[in-house]
Amino acid sequence: MEVAESGTMSARDQVLNAIRRSLGVTGREAPRRKEVADRLAGHPRGVVPARGQLAAQERLALFARMVEGAAGSIECVADGADVPVAVAEFLRKHNLPPAVRRGDDRMLASMPWERAATLDVTTGISDGKQLASVSHALAGVAETGTLILTSGPDNPTTLNFLPDNHIVVVEAKDVAGDYEAIWQRLRDAFGNRTMPRTVNMITGPSRSADIEQTLILGAHGPRRLHVIVVGEAV
Amino acid sequence: MTASTSPEFKHNAAVALADAELQNALRFVEVNFVSRRREVADKLPEFDALRDSSRDIKNHALAHLDLYLEEYEGRVTAAGGHVHYAVTADDARQIILDLCRKLGAKTVTKGKSMVGEEIGINDFLEANGVTPVETDLGEYIIQLRHELPSHIIAPAVHLTKAQVEADFRRVHTQLPKDRNLTEPATLLAEARGVLREKFLTADVGITGANFLIAETGTSIIVTNEGNGDLTQMLPKAHIVLASIDKLVPTLEDAAQLLRVLARSATGQEMSVYTTLSTGPRRASDPDGPLEYHVVLLDNGRSAMLGGDFQDMLRCIRCGACMNHCPVYHAVGGHAYGWVYPGPMGAVLTPSLIGIDKAGHLPNASTFCGRCEEVCPVRIPLPHMMRSWREREFERRLSPATVRTGLAFWSFFVRRPWLYALATALAARALAYVGRRAGRFRRLPLAAGWTRHRDFPAPQGATFQAQWKSRKAGR
Repeated sequence: MEVAESGTMSARDQVLNAIRRSLGVTGREAPRRKEVADRLAGHPRGVVPARGQLAAQERLALFARMVEGAAGSIECVADGADVPVAVAEFLRKHNLPPAVRRGDDRMLASMPWERAATLDVTTGISDGKQLASVSHALAGVAETGTLILTSGPDNPTTLNFLPDNHIVVVEAKDVAGDYEAIWQRLRDAFGNRTMPRTVNMITGPSRSADIEQTLILGAHGPRRLHVIVVGEAV
Repeated sequence: MTASTSPEFKHNAAVALADAELQNALRFVEVNFVSRRREVADKLPEFDALRDSSRDIKNHALAHLDLYLEEYEGRVTAAGGHVHYAVTADDARQIILDLCRKLGAKTVTKGKSMVGEEIGINDFLEANGVTPVETDLGEYIIQLRHELPSHIIAPAVHLTKAQVEADFRRVHTQLPKDRNLTEPATLLAEARGVLREKFLTADVGITGANFLIAETGTSIIVTNEGNGDLTQMLPKAHIVLASIDKLVPTLEDAAQLLRVLARSATGQEMSVYTTLSTGPRRASDPDGPLEYHVVLLDNGRSAMLGGDFQDMLRCIRCGACMNHCPVYHAVGGHAYGWVYPGPMGAVLTPSLIGIDKAGHLPNASTFCGRCEEVCPVRIPLPHMMRSWREREFERRLSPATVRTGLAFWSFFVRRPWLYALATALAARALAYVGRRAGRFRRLPLAAGWTRHRDFPAPQGATFQAQWKSRKAGR
């Protein structure tokens, strides 16, 4: 506001000044600044639905129900060592070639893939030519059957979208009740006010209802989403 | 900005009402959206509390918008991204074109963005040698038809599958002529195939944003198809085009809004893909865009702050208001003549293009109140439409017949005794004249009514007289 309307004022200043003019503020008010700083530091939780606030077993059951409600499929295995066979079985059931791509994720890398003898496991990103991929989710959210995946070499984001079939491994202990628990986990893992390039929240396979509102699975992302839960709920 | 036919709303509406194919397509809106929303809202006991919470978050963010913008910008920059402020639609288009040129972009894929429609980015890029490709199925269809979206979340809701089939046959000439395209599933599969190629070869991806988070410098897009994700992760640069009202303080605040967004919009518990993006590809990332730009558009919104229409800036573009609007059900979205249709458009459009051009829109309401009843952020839409009508009247923009009628009416209502007398006399006279038929096929000064339906002859005393006598009798 100190600067007259002139060609020299940056667009940034023009927008901020216009906002301040309309709100009748200067931007230097200590109480306003404190309120903003407090909210950013304290990030109050607001209303969290009771639906997901369950003991571990029921929480996992709700997660499974919600995944299926969103047209995904889900199975539980006792141990990470059982995942390769489960993956091979899923591909066979859907008449898919026995090949998957995964990232460098440590848990996935340590699995005994040789147990699924015919399965061809490659690593890296997807260039659109792979029919199936396996990712390891950071977490699941029981409230809506949502998977949380983060970008990086461990689980490249292209694997979540380009292959027609997306298989996601999530550990039972990582299934939370609500999104708020996930935000805290992200802060713990990446630091306050810092995020990985991409956080994908995925609820079921891709779909569109743009033609006569007829819901069809398999729009631009995967046609199938299969979740493998590893271990016991704790 | 995108050109408007809002001044011709009355004509547009008449054409829409006579359009059999449109009426056929609009049947789905009321049945599907309304019942799906109801079902999923009923399943969540906290739904109304979440609406209150969402309203409060947006109010807080708007009241501190200057500070949250600064915080947001700081986090985007820290993550290696760039923020560009745009005062007007022209500025935003130029910024995007300059970025495309600097990146040597020939094709641009686009996620669905209402702000993109608002600034008319596609025509502008095309005129300047950059080919934009819409990737949301609905947006792709209307791009083929050179139309505006007719709904903010279901852009092609005005079309039947037969119309889509005809467009695909017209444009996808590389595919066999005898292919079967009668079902939505085959149409979708064809679009998926055609667009897959575009995703993999595009130089730049442009998406909108449902929310921007000040805490982390994150942009969020919410989609069901996954097109927005392919748009932003495959090309070498991701440009986010968003208006300044998308700011929310924290991740927790975004979660409150996400819980009401999908439920209000499509009646889903959660949309399939909610994607949080922060900055460009990191050093160790094997995929993702190398550059990340955010174009922050004002285009009249800062002027709405602190005034009668500030509450409109809470809008999260779910479309529930139009899904529940009897006027929208009758005429569809194109009749509104600009980018934003339905009740939210009737309030927002005059703010952005002027009440002189969009005066018909806030008048196209019965004030039934359903829009406000379902709004996830509790925007008092009918109240604000009334405010626009008042402004239109004060600025002498309403037609002479309306002004004369209102002057006549206000003369009487300011004199209650005279009003009671005049209406009693009129009611008695009309009752007498219409005593045989019980209705009027024609009535002076009421042609607008009687052209379409009969006017019932009054029976008994006026409402006020009956009210009085019943109250006395109690």
